[in-house]
Amino acid sequence: MSAPIRIVLNGAPRELPAPLTFAELIDELALAGRRLAVERNGEIVPRSRFGAEALVDGDRIEVVIAVGGG
Amino acid sequence: MAAKTAGDSLVVAGTAYRSRLLVGTGKYRDFDETRRAIEASGAEIVTVAIRRTNIGQNASEPNLLDVLPPSKYTILPNTAGCYTAQDAVRTLRLARELLDGHALVKLEVLGDAQSLYPNMPETLAAAKTLVADGFQVMAYCSDDPILARQLEEAGCVAVMPLASLIGSGMGIINPWNLQIIIDRVKVPVLVDAGIGTASDAAIAMELGCDGVLMNTAIAKAKDPVRMAHAMKLAVDAGREAFLAGRMAKKPYEASASSPESGLIQKTA
Repeated sequence: MSAPIRIVLNGAPRELPAPLTFAELIDELALAGRRLAVERNGEIVPRSRFGAEALVDGDRIEVVIAVGGG
Repeated sequence: MAAKTAGDSLVVAGTAYRSRLLVGTGKYRDFDETRRAIEASGAEIVTVAIRRTNIGQNASEPNLLDVLPPSKYTILPNTAGCYTAQDAVRTLRLARELLDGHALVKLEVLGDAQSLYPNMPETLAAAKTLVADGFQVMAYCSDDPILARQLEEAGCVAVMPLASLIGSGMGIINPWNLQIIIDRVKVPVLVDAGIGTASDAAIAMELGCDGVLMNTAIAKAKDPVRMAHAMKLAVDAGREAFLAGRMAKKPYEASASSPESGLIQKTA
């Protein structure tokens, strides 16, 4: 177990245990199975890569969903 | 419905839709009202916004796309709240990932928070980037015929001029500009924003618009489900009237509908 990482998640700072894949992050947030999209430092992280890609200290992460709008 | 012209469909980016009414999903009391209003509208294309998820929210909380499944509706993600081309492009790339590669999107780049009027230079720049990236772009725009044509030239699959300000319910402020756009642009022209009540939607369709997109006019009616149904009828009626071809206007010349001969009073 390495030192925890500090990321910014949807605009708020957050400390998480490392190593941590995107799949594990989504589980941790109780968002597994939900229709969402993830961006890391302005780049899309495809869902197919969630299990393979790990978060890195300093990452700025956005997790978005569809909401009502016109 | 027998009266509706058979085979008259709205074709956007090669896909045919029976309904010419597109509806938003914002401002409803709850998801149940959203679902019932959208069903009553008959809309096949529904817009959604893309927003940060609330971290720590109840995982069992219903999701909009559970209520409006993409298997049943064509989900049209928008870029509401974006003020730069860059933010709009970023939002729609997230939307495409969220919707499993779905390419049809509604682009709107706003110019100011008071009027929500579109920033057209940014809209045009975003449209070019998105088209190059494989998106099918339906663009919210001002009712300027030149800019509408530039969006078409940039590869947009539909142009969507405002009738009046977003959420204002003021109806069609400038039908003359809309008419010029309808006459000059070959891709579908949909009025987006400003519709207040059924007659506004009917007028847009009578002018020759290919469709109408609205949200607030339905969601903020006293009875949204009933208004959704009224809008469906209005769009159908306006389309039928357009296809039927209205009579000529004769402002100074009355013309009796009943025979002018055979009147019982005429005894002489």
